[in-house]
Amino acid sequence: MATSGRFLSVEGLSKTFQSENQTKAVLEGIDLELAFRDCLAIVGPSGCGKTTLLLAIAGLLTPTVGTVRFKGNPLAAPERRIALVLQHYGLFPWKTVAANITLGARLQRIEVSEKRLASVKKELDIEGLDHLYPAQLSGGQRQRVALARALLLNPLLLLLDEPFAAIDTVTRERLQNNLLAVFAQRRFSFIIVTHNIEEAVFLGQRIVVLDNGAHGIKTIMENPGMGNAHYRNDPVFFERTRQLRDILEGLE
Amino acid sequence: MKRRGIAVYAATIILIYFAWYALSLLLGSNILPDPFKVFVRGFEEIATGAFWVHVEASILRLFAGLFFAFILAVPAGLILGSNERLDRLFAPLIYLGYPIPKVVLMPVIFVLFGLGDTGKIVLLTMIVFFQLLITTRDSARKIDREITYSLKSLGGTRMDFFLHVVWPVSLPGIFTSLRIGVGTAVAVLFLVESIATSEGLGFYIIDSWGRAEYATMFVGIIALSTIGIVMYELFEILERKFCKWKNL
Repeated sequence: MATSGRFLSVEGLSKTFQSENQTKAVLEGIDLELAFRDCLAIVGPSGCGKTTLLLAIAGLLTPTVGTVRFKGNPLAAPERRIALVLQHYGLFPWKTVAANITLGARLQRIEVSEKRLASVKKELDIEGLDHLYPAQLSGGQRQRVALARALLLNPLLLLLDEPFAAIDTVTRERLQNNLLAVFAQRRFSFIIVTHNIEEAVFLGQRIVVLDNGAHGIKTIMENPGMGNAHYRNDPVFFERTRQLRDILEGLE
Repeated sequence: MKRRGIAVYAATIILIYFAWYALSLLLGSNILPDPFKVFVRGFEEIATGAFWVHVEASILRLFAGLFFAFILAVPAGLILGSNERLDRLFAPLIYLGYPIPKVVLMPVIFVLFGLGDTGKIVLLTMIVFFQLLITTRDSARKIDREITYSLKSLGGTRMDFFLHVVWPVSLPGIFTSLRIGVGTAVAVLFLVESIATSEGLGFYIIDSWGRAEYATMFVGIIALSTIGIVMYELFEILERKFCKWKNL
């Protein structure tokens, strides 16, 4: 699926946090590359720095050491073509669905035609929710609204931080299929951070396992068979799931 | 106001009327006249232009006090609540300034700003200011980190952060504070209007009391209370309109 290299590179990234005279290393010496149209899953035990890595790639956290390069340029701040979907959706509770979806475009002064807006809503099955507030939506609907807001910006890179963690299994699988369908139709890359082994194997062309002891990458698992909804029933899927579980159990 | 709210108000008024009537019979004193006499006097007073001069003076002072407190305290609260360094810098000043009963500074304020409207409005502003400042600052502090990340990743600037996050997050707290502030402001209004003035419901009440016209005094008390209730309800209506998301 990859068409070109050096689309995104993480070079020697380390991140330490300072709190009350304590220095806590979360990530150390992370090197990672992502090609355009790649999809990457990041897994690891709690506290291993998955979200920290994602936020650094989003330009929201400055690395203590190292660089994140997007299309060759070092990232110092959030980049227009990188969209982020957060664990609790990052929707603004005081804005309606319509205002939430168009907020990114509005802030970046991007003209969005009614036709395009309608097409994104249709693609994600969130038509007719415009006047509702996030609190009036189900978890799955909130997630799709957050995804619509990100897609409306035409991102080249979509970052997802445990996006389906708080959603029931059936809805989660539906949303995972939804994401793959959108990915197949559009031209972007995505990185998903997840706790869920099956989700990582289902959505990650490569699966990066982070180690909370060494604060670095334990291994990168290749998973070329992914890419369609039927993969869930493929024996390779089960085998990869088992392998990943073994690696993660070794880290606990 | 919703129909249920109106019914509650109506029931309360009826209850107060009968309790008042019973108490006036029990006391048998002029200081608590028959409520019916008060209402008759009320209609007579409403018909005179003089009564409305007092009402207008009180409303203007109350509005001015709340308005100045709002335009000074809300921006300051929003800035302090979203800027940790500034908040730390000003925290001791607010910590010491808030508990001081500002009303005891009334003589100083009157000397500095005069006995006219300015002095009265300055005192009202000072009293509501601290209440509003602290509520706004504390509301603005409660911003979830995920919301901050979300806005930044969407390309939001510092100004957007104020407009799309800090302001809406703080708005319900601001309305609550304004509602509480109305109660305090009406009480202080009565006090400042009872001194060195000939206009305002505070003066009207004290003057009637001095002339032992108790029915007229109660007309003033009811009028001042009504202003407080109407303003309280006004802020409630505004909160419901602008903070729909909060009550879902």
